[in-house]
Amino acid sequence: MSAQGQKATLKIRRGAAGETTRFETYDVPFEHGQSVLDGLRWLRINKDPSIAVRYSCINANACKECMIQVDGETVYACTARLEPREMTLAPLPNKKLIRDLVTEIAPPSERFK
Amino acid sequence: MHLEPLLISTDVLIIGSGAAGMYAAIEASRDGAQVLLADRSLIGRGGATVMAQMTVAVALGEETPDDPQYHYANTIAAGRGLCDDKLAQLLCEDAPECIREMDYWGVGWARKDGHITATTAPGHDRPRCVYVDFLNTGPAVSKTLRTAMARNPNIRKAGDLCVVDLIVSDGECTGAVAYHLGTGAPVLIAAKATVLATGGLTRLYARNSASTNMAGDGYALALRAGATLIDMEFVQFFPIGHLAPRLVGMDPIMWDPFRYKLGGQLLNGRMEEFTARYGSDEDGKYVLTRDLATYAITKEVEAGRDSPHGGAYLSFQHCTETQLRDAFGPVIDRLAANGIDLTKTPVEVAPIAHYHMGGVKADVTMASDVPGLFVAGEVVGGANGANRLSGNAVTEALVFGRRAGRSAAERCRRVPVPALRAQDTKAALDLINDEGADGSPANTAAAIADLQAVMTKDVGPFRTAATLNRALSGLAAITAEHGDHPAGEHGSFDMRRLDWFDMRNMLTVAHVVTQCALNRIESRGAHQREDFPQMSPQWQVRQRVALHDGKLAISTEPAAAKALAS
Repeated sequence: MSAQGQKATLKIRRGAAGETTRFETYDVPFEHGQSVLDGLRWLRINKDPSIAVRYSCINANACKECMIQVDGETVYACTARLEPREMTLAPLPNKKLIRDLVTEIAPPSERFK
Repeated sequence: MHLEPLLISTDVLIIGSGAAGMYAAIEASRDGAQVLLADRSLIGRGGATVMAQMTVAVALGEETPDDPQYHYANTIAAGRGLCDDKLAQLLCEDAPECIREMDYWGVGWARKDGHITATTAPGHDRPRCVYVDFLNTGPAVSKTLRTAMARNPNIRKAGDLCVVDLIVSDGECTGAVAYHLGTGAPVLIAAKATVLATGGLTRLYARNSASTNMAGDGYALALRAGATLIDMEFVQFFPIGHLAPRLVGMDPIMWDPFRYKLGGQLLNGRMEEFTARYGSDEDGKYVLTRDLATYAITKEVEAGRDSPHGGAYLSFQHCTETQLRDAFGPVIDRLAANGIDLTKTPVEVAPIAHYHMGGVKADVTMASDVPGLFVAGEVVGGANGANRLSGNAVTEALVFGRRAGRSAAERCRRVPVPALRAQDTKAALDLINDEGADGSPANTAAAIADLQAVMTKDVGPFRTAATLNRALSGLAAITAEHGDHPAGEHGSFDMRRLDWFDMRNMLTVAHVVTQCALNRIESRGAHQREDFPQMSPQWQVRQRVALHDGKLAISTEPAAAKALAS
């Protein structure tokens, strides 16, 4: 099942609100069928636990928390497929940035104020 | 940098916004209380409810005559002699009202000929399990409750709020210390009553069917606040969690509704039916209870008769394309997008951590042993004994949530708003304001994966003294690495810090589960000791866990004799 030695390269926009954001690039082992969120979870465990990404349900596309941009397109990270090439990951451009890929996506009435 | 905490005052604080928390919020506000509904994730999105694609058990009797007493009898039988009679009774008796109220709020229970239709899940003596098509029960329940709350000005909602500890003053719970994930700011919440609705502990296991925020927080918070935990050794594994091929955008427990509607065949790696070997002949119908199915699959795998990825095959090749589409409509397209055609190939399934029977000890008002602290949903222990009957999880979320909200509001009419004392909040605030561990801290996400590996390998559905002792050693090593100072920084959305606070709870709860499993030298329901394979009458007891001077104190109490129904 796994494609021997293939990798995906994730170029991730990093930084918190008020900071100058930057891109950091990481290689992730590629396996056929994986999601972009699988790649991000692998990165947190194996390379850098400080990468911030919002998710709850991991795989079911039920919580709808993992909305990010992949190559300029808004997707759910849990259903967007990882591909064996460079992919650019960025926070949603139309939502307030919190950190890295995390944005303020809750409706105003459900936010802590 | 020491941040001054924000102070919030409320009548009722509810922690966790799955079905239990949301129903509690609605009920408490209906009884006149001001509510703060807090969740460490987004409101109504995380937790287990939104993931529940299956059914909800309730004796409505619309199609087939039924009565809560029959539902109760099945619940007690599934619980293998350990159910708390009163909680099980409450669960079954209040279920119809809650299910009908959900119907009134527009959840959309599947109907046939004008009646709410029910299916027969394993362990039930008649069709009793209602659902929302297609594979949409949990999301529909969550959305309906969120919408019902939206119209209510007395419920204030606070997402991204991570509770670090409950506040206890002179033995009573007076609120909670939390921090806001978005800013890292500490928050003090003073509450006349607090409801824990944080769900279970499935995240302790590598393969699990719930959200990433189901890591036993509520058990650890309650234990540190002085409450009693019971039945902590009973972790339910869902036998046919999806294993292969890789499937994205689908819940791993999705095959259960398929089995309700279409039967399906469990086959070993040699394409042979095998469940009869373990005492249950399916005969094309879905009657195999969860503990037996988990046992049968695990034993086939151990005997070397596993499917390529280490599980069993589940085949729907007997179904036609039309039958599949009639039963599951758009889901068949989602499967096709994943390259799966059920008419041509079977899928692979294996047991997956799904639910926790144990939890906080509570009475029928949902009060814990700590005045001011109530519990609701999966965090409650006892109603389901040693094994939960299919369909009772969402039911207990609704029933116990409603009851906890009512009890919390009732307390608010009796007690004043507590004045928080610095001495009761200092330890938790110091943790939140901690500058972080020195040097280069270990990878917090990897530490969680390590804990999950220990629990999966050695504290799964089948245990021995050897595996459990090995797990205790493994957990002790991870605890030592975890240390007393939070990782990361107290800035905005530092995932290392969130991991560290999660691990603080996960380590405590993992230790409790393992120790209770080691103590119980028999096999019962979801707890199977391979070195003690028989159920023993001496062990028809509950283990109670409390914290005394920072040390676990475990004692036993007899379970009601009348509950020994199977």
